[in-house]
Amino acid sequence: MSKASFVVRRVLQLGVTFWAVGTVLFFLFRLMPGDPTSFVVSAQMTPEARQRIIESFGLNDPLHVQYIAFLRNALTLDFGQSFHTNEPVRDVIWTFLPNTLVLMLTAFVIAYILGITLGVFTGWYRGTNFEKGTVVTALTARSVPTFYVGLIVLWIFGAGLGVIPMSGMGTSGMDGGWWSRIFTTTFLHHLLAPAAVLAFYYMGYPLLIMRSSMMEVLSQDFIDVCRAKGLRERTIMFKHAARNAMLPILTAAAIALGYAVGGSVLIETVFGWPGIGREMVRAVLRRDFPVAQGTFMVLAATIIILNFVADLLYGYLDPRVTYD
Amino acid sequence: MATQDEPSIFADLDDSTVDESEEQVNRWKRNLRLWRETLGEQWRMLTNDLLVKLAMVTMAFFMAVAIFAPFIAPHQPLNRQYETDAELIIADWVDPMFIDSESVYVLGTTAEGFDIFSQLIYGSRAALLVGLLAAVFTAGIGTLVGLTAGYYGGKIDDTLMRIVDFLYGMPLLPTVIILVALLGPSLWNIIFAIIVLQWRSTARVIRSQALSLRERPFVKAAQVAGASDWHIISRHLAPNVLPMSFLYGAFAIAWAILAEAGVSFIGLGDPNRVSWGTMLQSSRAYAALDFGVWWWFVPPGICIGLVVISGFLIGRGYEEITNPELR
Repeated sequence: MSKASFVVRRVLQLGVTFWAVGTVLFFLFRLMPGDPTSFVVSAQMTPEARQRIIESFGLNDPLHVQYIAFLRNALTLDFGQSFHTNEPVRDVIWTFLPNTLVLMLTAFVIAYILGITLGVFTGWYRGTNFEKGTVVTALTARSVPTFYVGLIVLWIFGAGLGVIPMSGMGTSGMDGGWWSRIFTTTFLHHLLAPAAVLAFYYMGYPLLIMRSSMMEVLSQDFIDVCRAKGLRERTIMFKHAARNAMLPILTAAAIALGYAVGGSVLIETVFGWPGIGREMVRAVLRRDFPVAQGTFMVLAATIIILNFVADLLYGYLDPRVTYD
Repeated sequence: MATQDEPSIFADLDDSTVDESEEQVNRWKRNLRLWRETLGEQWRMLTNDLLVKLAMVTMAFFMAVAIFAPFIAPHQPLNRQYETDAELIIADWVDPMFIDSESVYVLGTTAEGFDIFSQLIYGSRAALLVGLLAAVFTAGIGTLVGLTAGYYGGKIDDTLMRIVDFLYGMPLLPTVIILVALLGPSLWNIIFAIIVLQWRSTARVIRSQALSLRERPFVKAAQVAGASDWHIISRHLAPNVLPMSFLYGAFAIAWAILAEAGVSFIGLGDPNRVSWGTMLQSSRAYAALDFGVWWWFVPPGICIGLVVISGFLIGRGYEEITNPELR
């Protein structure tokens, strides 16, 4: 199969996956127990007013009519209005998604720089106590739940020492646009703890991958050639071995970034970070279907798109990959 | 008659010489021996590594705690230890033994008046139940689907793998949250929701193994000899992918426990059962952080970490069995 037809087929698959996720989500939410309108419709309302609101959300239509409307709207990225605040879901997403992205990307960049570097060293010094120690630390970092590490950090540095804020982003009430807000010291101060906790957690994955990838590269002949040429160990380590060991990291990073955004739920809840994951949880808990649906779709879309990117990246970076 | 003392390796083939019932017994014996040998060999390789040994001891310790929880825990985990008029007794919690020497509660009580130590002990039950059940089903379903897809190929493979692709598009925790919100907050629903997504990775890996295995001569030989598809899958393919299934099973223990803790922490935990996640959730809800009541929220997290890291280490031990290059 040629590369072009591979890409075309992959794009079609992307569309089908989106449709499937949306459909499953739509029916799941319609099956949910509890009357969603009870949150919008207050008891003092006249029955006519109540009816009008229910109808305006289209909740009285037969299921297939609702489903078709849902699909049509989804194509234009219109997920309806919040049952709770009446705000369009699109606006809700635009308010919260950038906050999630800035937190995740900061943590991710730190984690990958540290993780890759440590991975190179552990792969190089295989069998030493340094290697064992680092691997166990990395496994520990991945084993203790992020929200727990967050709790401990909040307890020691927040409640105890009082050097970090307990919750939020610290930008509410500030003037100016989003961009001018995130470059304030208050914001960076609030970003510090959650980003550090996340980075510590994410670090383990690139570290372990880089380590095994390094081991594989180091067993190849060209490393011996480098040694025979009399190159310095450091040069071999970074210029020859590490560069060749990078390939699996790049695709893994694309996939992991997707899951990181999807996994934003817990850390945002602990640190009260007004991101899309926390908003999804709150929407689910108050049965705000449209918001829950929209935010979930955003999380799923991030994963699906980044998986797709990883697939393409792999073929692009490694010419030996065949498309079949 | 075939020599019965040492069953021939062709026992499967010379049907005519052995009578029906004896053949059955022999076949079972042979199967049993093969399984015992494979498992024994893997067990020896696994316990070679000190870290893996430690992990197994930890796992065994928590299992013992979970089984004997009623004998270890001094109180029922969800029994109020004292009564007051107020609905919430925040100001009234009892300090642990090491702070107040008159206290009878090892780790004190929660703001709701529950014995923390007993909750911790009973919490191991929830964690291990989630971990083990999820692991068995994840590995089981994943292996079965992977083998079926890999062995048959074609349309069956395509269909099954598209389902797996779809599952890969779902973010784990948010999906579990939505499913649990839909089905109601109970431990069984949490386990179910985790299994629904988790088998995807096992299925994918086992499929790729099955794809290469089915081209091997011994599978072709079995096909020519007229073995049924089910026979080939269960007798020839399954034993060969077993270490990989165990590997993913061990990892699934860890991921499932983490997921349960997360969902419970968000507030969708089983209200009638104590888990380490619900302990963390209630300590957060009663602002234990601000009061500095660390004996409430530090121990559950350490327990989660210990069990999960044991799962990961056992998994890693298996990885060295499945991939000898790592050794």
